Amino acid sequence: MYAFEYHRPTSVKEAAGLAGQAEDTKFLAGGHTLLPTMKLRLAGPANLIDLGQIAELRGIERSGDTITIGAMMKHAEVANSAEVKQAIPALAEMAELIGDPHVRNRGTIGGSVANNDPSADYPAACLALNATIITNQRKIAADDFFQGIFTTALQEGEIITQVSFKVPSQAAYTKFRNPASRYALVGVFVAKHADGVRVAVTGAGSNGVFRLPEMEKALSGNFAAEAIDGIAVATDEMNSDIHADAAYRAHLVGVMARRAVQAAAARG
Amino acid sequence: MTATGIGAPVRRKEDQRFVTGQGRYVDDFNRPGQAHAYFLRSPHAHAAIRSIDTGPAMIMPGVIAVFTGDDLAADKIGGLICGWMIHSKDGSPMKAGPHPALAQGKVRYVGDHVAVVIAETLAQAKDAAEAIVVHYDVLPAVVDTAQAAKASVQVHDVSPDNTVFNWHLGNKDETEAAFARAKHVTKIDLVNNRLVPNPIEPRAAVGEYDLGTDNYTLYTTSQNPHVARLVLSAFIGVAPEHKLRVIAPDVGGGFGSKIFIYAEETVCVWAAKKVKRPVKWTSDRSEAFLSDAHGRDHVTHAEMATDENGKIIGLRVHTTANLGAYLSTFSSSVPTYLYAPLLSGQYDIPAIYCEVDAVYTNTAPVDAYRGAGRPEATFVVERLVEKTARELRQDPAEFRRRNYITQFPHATPVIMTYDTGDYAASLDKALEIADYKNFQQRKQESARRGKLRGIGFSSYIEACGIAPSQAVGSLGAGVGLWESAEVRVNPTGSVEVLTGSHSHGQGHETTFAQLVSDRLGISIDQVSIVHGDTDKVQFGMGTYGSRSGAVGMSAIAKAIDKVIAKGKKVAAHVLEASEGDIEFKDGRFGVAGTDRSMAFGEIALQAYIAHKFSGQDLEPGLKEGAFYDPTNFTFPAGVHICEVEIDPDTGVTKIERWTAVDDFGVIINPMIVEGQVHGGIAQGVGQALLEGAVYDQSGQLITASFNDYCMPRAIDLPAFQVGMTVTPCPSNPLGIKGCGEAGAIAAPPAVINAITDALGHEDIAMPATPQAVWRAAQKARMPMAAE
Repeated sequence: MYAFEYHRPTSVKEAAGLAGQAEDTKFLAGGHTLLPTMKLRLAGPANLIDLGQIAELRGIERSGDTITIGAMMKHAEVANSAEVKQAIPALAEMAELIGDPHVRNRGTIGGSVANNDPSADYPAACLALNATIITNQRKIAADDFFQGIFTTALQEGEIITQVSFKVPSQAAYTKFRNPASRYALVGVFVAKHADGVRVAVTGAGSNGVFRLPEMEKALSGNFAAEAIDGIAVATDEMNSDIHADAAYRAHLVGVMARRAVQAAAARG
Repeated sequence: MTATGIGAPVRRKEDQRFVTGQGRYVDDFNRPGQAHAYFLRSPHAHAAIRSIDTGPAMIMPGVIAVFTGDDLAADKIGGLICGWMIHSKDGSPMKAGPHPALAQGKVRYVGDHVAVVIAETLAQAKDAAEAIVVHYDVLPAVVDTAQAAKASVQVHDVSPDNTVFNWHLGNKDETEAAFARAKHVTKIDLVNNRLVPNPIEPRAAVGEYDLGTDNYTLYTTSQNPHVARLVLSAFIGVAPEHKLRVIAPDVGGGFGSKIFIYAEETVCVWAAKKVKRPVKWTSDRSEAFLSDAHGRDHVTHAEMATDENGKIIGLRVHTTANLGAYLSTFSSSVPTYLYAPLLSGQYDIPAIYCEVDAVYTNTAPVDAYRGAGRPEATFVVERLVEKTARELRQDPAEFRRRNYITQFPHATPVIMTYDTGDYAASLDKALEIADYKNFQQRKQESARRGKLRGIGFSSYIEACGIAPSQAVGSLGAGVGLWESAEVRVNPTGSVEVLTGSHSHGQGHETTFAQLVSDRLGISIDQVSIVHGDTDKVQFGMGTYGSRSGAVGMSAIAKAIDKVIAKGKKVAAHVLEASEGDIEFKDGRFGVAGTDRSMAFGEIALQAYIAHKFSGQDLEPGLKEGAFYDPTNFTFPAGVHICEVEIDPDTGVTKIERWTAVDDFGVIINPMIVEGQVHGGIAQGVGQALLEGAVYDQSGQLITASFNDYCMPRAIDLPAFQVGMTVTPCPSNPLGIKGCGEAGAIAAPPAVINAITDALGHEDIAMPATPQAVWRAAQKARMPMAAE
């Protein structure tokens, strides 16, 4: 790890101010990607702005058909939240599937969404649950937010403060783990909303998280696994590595999507 | 027997400190004035070094020194050695390329050592290493095992075709004749995947030099500190043997990878004198992936001949073994004498012929890894036996039984003479535990849920102990392979055992104490086991090859016998009886036919106060040593049965049942033995389903972290059903055969046999990842759908 200056602001305004003044800054949330990268000397920001002491980035609240989660809420807190479990059990279950207990008690929703790792789970939840990413500057629809692997609509110095999810009538997330890293090799989040079904896929795409309009259309007509039986998933934009080539990933997208629909439908 | 004696499932004494964080590992040792070493490693798999400019690094903050291969050469420090000479078929010695501790002119794998920075802190050493300017002429690399001998790339000048040796064993003519008259020949092509050892504690070293006494000390993660000292002094030449103390304290797993003498500890000892400061190096996990000696990496074609009665009459094997970029310490022995002599398995095979071509590639050196050669042999035999049974449409269990060796001793055509065993007894017990008779029912039940169920056998044998010295010497070993012990009885009757074995997870502090407890009738709390320090312990050979029970404990038993004999002399004086009338029983020395007796501790005290005998009659004291060299290898054997269920939609293999019935001879501590079996199976399942080191064509290690190299987790494993059969080993006084490697040897073919049984065809390689199994299941689906 290279030497760096450590800052610990207590408000979003202070954090944004620090980012504006200092050179070469990085925000630190749970640190599960940033810190290992720094330890391996693959990243060496001059200034690290720790968001961990900012109270306004915490909290979970339900308001009508949305549930809003503070950016610094840890995965374990989301997984165990009574509000989340009641409103969107699939989201709580997804959080429970991230990493291991150590990870879930450090990693945050805001960090995961801002990082947009192509195999992270939250981006799929955001797309499927028609989320709004709220920053210290604006509100961004999830459909506009994720712009390719490790790339988002966030501007330099912009801080995610909350993520707001639409409560679906039925939803489920199924994940096929990379055997080694346990990240999603393929993760499919299916959610049935009043205005249609959303199907979002993480882990598989070479451009990061994406939706499957053909499946969404079929499921909006008939929310049952059979509805998507014949739908082939194109391999051309699939990731390919030693764990899974594009054909296998594309196949798994279909399998995981069907299993997610079954699980969501079973929830009634 | 005592409550803590042989056969008692005593809890491990050492675990108190391990599980409470009180273990003391090399990295826990911080010496006054200590500096830190960081190795600049090659980013290229193969390159000529045009120049190294250390100047910019030298002026970085905190830098004490920067050394390259030229500095080692100037001090006449020799290269790392391979201690086992193998001769090719034509009689020529193996082609050993130079193996400098720091590169001289060329780097040969990613992670090869280019330079070392010694600095006040590790961070400063790393900063300075980045400032070293190395000009490389990057060369094309050869990484592929099967293609290495044909490649245009040349790893070492001494070996134009990248071949270390072309070796063979067995009888070629008889084997050809057997195949000529065979009714059926089964053929198989196998890859034994390359593995990264990954002990939980990475390698580490602290070198220290005392200017006043001219003594050197090396704290190192070693399975065999005396061998390390011998190699460092007599061959590499960093310090005279009597001036070098090697300490291997608590060591957190080795699996073979800490047998070897590496560049890093060599440089730490040498540099400590150069900079007049203790020098510490601790591997990080990334370095461990790149530079710990890897395991396995064989490509094999094998054929099995059977006659009209389903009797195996011949086996021929051709293996190409990848030894990596350099010959590691015992690398040459692994695909030769630790491999081919096991190709008879548990079977009466009259003719066997094996050829092994060992090759250099631009990859990390390959050496012994848990099982070392024997897993590779067992994989060949057990895959081939299974495939043969299937081709002959015979039950795989009964086909094995028909071919088992039943008469002992049994001389195989490949050196070994098996001393004892009862293979059918293990098979019967395993079939019972595995509920084999109801397997078809379970298979149908799985099929109803759309799942594929399969069962796989592995009827393995291993040769353990790695001894006797005469035998290994005749096969090319550079050392003898006995073991030593000293039993020091204190005046209070407590006992210290100094053993040449080394515990790095095996539980020696408990099992060795159990032997003492059993023999001397004292509690294990009265026994200390001392190991891992060349200043305390007499020369010993260390721990590998499941040898510390069979060989190490036999040395202790021999020393205990001497202690008892001396104790009888003392007792004769004290009890005023003739020595011939003294009996030692249940921890007491007594006069036969009388009620006069004294406890072991009382006699110990008498031996030291020496009031009851004159120095002319008897030396005071009670301390005896022994060197034990066995008469044969030991031959643990057993039957493992793996039952899997495959989800054909995803390719996920779930191990539903695991039965292990092993014959380890006499068992000292059944709880520890069962733990060894569990761990071994986990490693074997890791190889079969999860683990595989992958290099790309340029020689970059793709699986260089746990993100891509998949270690087995609890969730990957079932609850193991472990059973035992016992035929005592006749070649050592304790009847022990050894248990440390059995699981890792037995497991891979059991898993793959189960998967191929489930899929209905043989085409699956290790690791059988979900992707690989899914693809194979796709192939298998067509005929299944037609059923």
